[in-house]
Amino acid sequence: MTTITRLAKYRLFWPVAILVVLLLSNLIFTPSFFKIEVRDGHLYGSLIDILRFGAPLILVALGMTLVIATGGIDLSVGSVVAICGALACWRISEQGDQNSVGGVLVAVVMALGLALLLGLWNGFLVAGIGIQPIIATLILMVAGRGLAQLITDGQIITINSSPYKEIGAGYLLTFPVPVLIAIVVIVVSVLLTRRTALGMLVESVGGNAEASRLAGIRSRRIKLMAYVFAALCAGIAGLMISSNVSSADGNNAGLWYELDAILAVVIGGTLLTGGRFSIGGTVIGALIIQTLTTTIYTIGVPPETTLLVKALVVTIVCLVQSPSFREKVFKGRRQRPPTPTAPTSDAPTKVEVPA
Amino acid sequence: MLRKISMVIAAGLLAAPLAACGGDDSGSGSDSGSGSDKIVLGFSQVGAESGWRTANTKSIQDSAKEAGIELKFSDAQQKQENQIKAIRSYIQQKVDIIAFSPVVESGWDTVLKEAKDAKIPVILTDRAVDSTDTSLYKTFIGSDFVEEGKKAGDWLVKEYTGKTETVNIVELQGTTGSAPANDRKKGFGDVIAADPKFKVIASQTGDFTRAKGKEVMEAFLKANPDIDVLYAHNDDMGLGAIEAIEGAGKKPGVDIKIITVDAVKDGMQALADGKINYIVECSPLLGPQLMDLVEKVHAGETVPARVVTEETTFTQEQAKAVLPSRQY
Repeated sequence: MTTITRLAKYRLFWPVAILVVLLLSNLIFTPSFFKIEVRDGHLYGSLIDILRFGAPLILVALGMTLVIATGGIDLSVGSVVAICGALACWRISEQGDQNSVGGVLVAVVMALGLALLLGLWNGFLVAGIGIQPIIATLILMVAGRGLAQLITDGQIITINSSPYKEIGAGYLLTFPVPVLIAIVVIVVSVLLTRRTALGMLVESVGGNAEASRLAGIRSRRIKLMAYVFAALCAGIAGLMISSNVSSADGNNAGLWYELDAILAVVIGGTLLTGGRFSIGGTVIGALIIQTLTTTIYTIGVPPETTLLVKALVVTIVCLVQSPSFREKVFKGRRQRPPTPTAPTSDAPTKVEVPA
Repeated sequence: MLRKISMVIAAGLLAAPLAACGGDDSGSGSDSGSGSDKIVLGFSQVGAESGWRTANTKSIQDSAKEAGIELKFSDAQQKQENQIKAIRSYIQQKVDIIAFSPVVESGWDTVLKEAKDAKIPVILTDRAVDSTDTSLYKTFIGSDFVEEGKKAGDWLVKEYTGKTETVNIVELQGTTGSAPANDRKKGFGDVIAADPKFKVIASQTGDFTRAKGKEVMEAFLKANPDIDVLYAHNDDMGLGAIEAIEGAGKKPGVDIKIITVDAVKDGMQALADGKINYIVECSPLLGPQLMDLVEKVHAGETVPARVVTEETTFTQEQAKAVLPSRQY
């Protein structure tokens, strides 16, 4: 019991607990859920599916985490996903030999370059001009879908390029490539934010941008970087999604991704008000969302009720995450600890009250 | 100061597309009422959201030109208010006939009444409206989605005649609640219900997209080891599912038989390649039929209240034959 209560103090305890419960609940309906086998020379199983389809969401949510940590929000990531997928697929469809590795690399670089530009645009609007983040990124969210359709000419571009397919559907040493890419990006961002002062700077800008500026932090530049990073992550996710189905769909690719990403960040324990953030929490949050989706498909929830089931689970997850809710519930169950009657004896619990 | 400038820029950004739309409208309406005896048809399209829709638009434009009908065309960009605006402007321009594909089913009574009062007949294309007053429009031309589902079911029944073991079917539905999804499910379900050996073991929405089709099929494959048949409500979901099936080390079209609806070019290619077994056509090329109706209505002839688009079905051999001449 004491070990559990000690564990519960860790920030990531509740998200991890929820993920584990969600995964275990699958065992009841699908006994083979945890089976992982090697098929056709690569890993195959439901857990691998969750990681593979979760990888783009993890990336987008990762970028979103930093943006939210600076006190902003980026609604345009879904559109950036569509634009980058569209541009890469269009470039590949235009070249004579779709299987040439060089051509695919050019397409990837072009798409990521465009993502960078789009991120700069968002960052410029928010940090440069000072527009409210929700409005500034709304512009690209709406206009971006149009841009994506402009690139695809309103059609679904289908390509037949095996090197491009590797990004979203390939396997390297039996491991799915998108998962490996996601891991690389996670590790790089953890190193950058936690092994250098960058993470602290981001948190301080999110806590109070003006105070940080007065303390000598270039808060505008930090914000700009966060939006560029978010767009770049969304760009990679866009490549993965379009590569996974070898086609670019300007209308539907990454549709409502921004909302899933924000949800993942919140489940992971990062506050929407900015400040402290948790990359590990976000990754687990994204995995929870993907596990939920996969669970719904595997169990066979009727499509009419899918959204309701999702909403219920998300509500429960958010409630369990909330410390004040937990406190209320647990207090109600324990027969009222004697805190009010003994004001001075319970010293250790009292110290936690913030000054 | 900086804030003011930013407001101006934002306002400019938002206004730009609006201005473009306005320009479009006045452009198409400028040469109205030019006193020729050509029939003038005002057509309001849903948008250009898919290859199917683009082919639909092109068919209507081409066949209007061929039939010598003057077409006033407007694109509603998926918004009902744009469509109502377009119809009102057609009424003001006193076109001879109005045709449109309603974005949604409800909320058309007022504007249709205005058209009726102006004595302009209305033809619905591709999608229906839910008005109880059927005198508001002359006819409705479009696909019969229930029939499409039935055709898919018929093929399956024929394919498995003489076999007794259970046939495990998984179904990828269209967007939940949309008419094609509801009706294609119903038509298919009605036909296969006659024989208890057909069992739909899983049915889930794939939102008519490739990405969702693939994701859902991956989950189906893990949860149900023996799937015999996949029925997808459109080609795109089927194409996504094919990738999932290949990823599971099975052969689409052989290990799992696949039936889809639509017959867009990518789907037909997969059919010709043997990865899909059967496609039920949902044809966007209703232009010639529409122009025929327009002429009849204009001449005051009576037309049937429901006209079904001429559609066919494709097997793998037929796909190989027609693929080179496929328009969309």
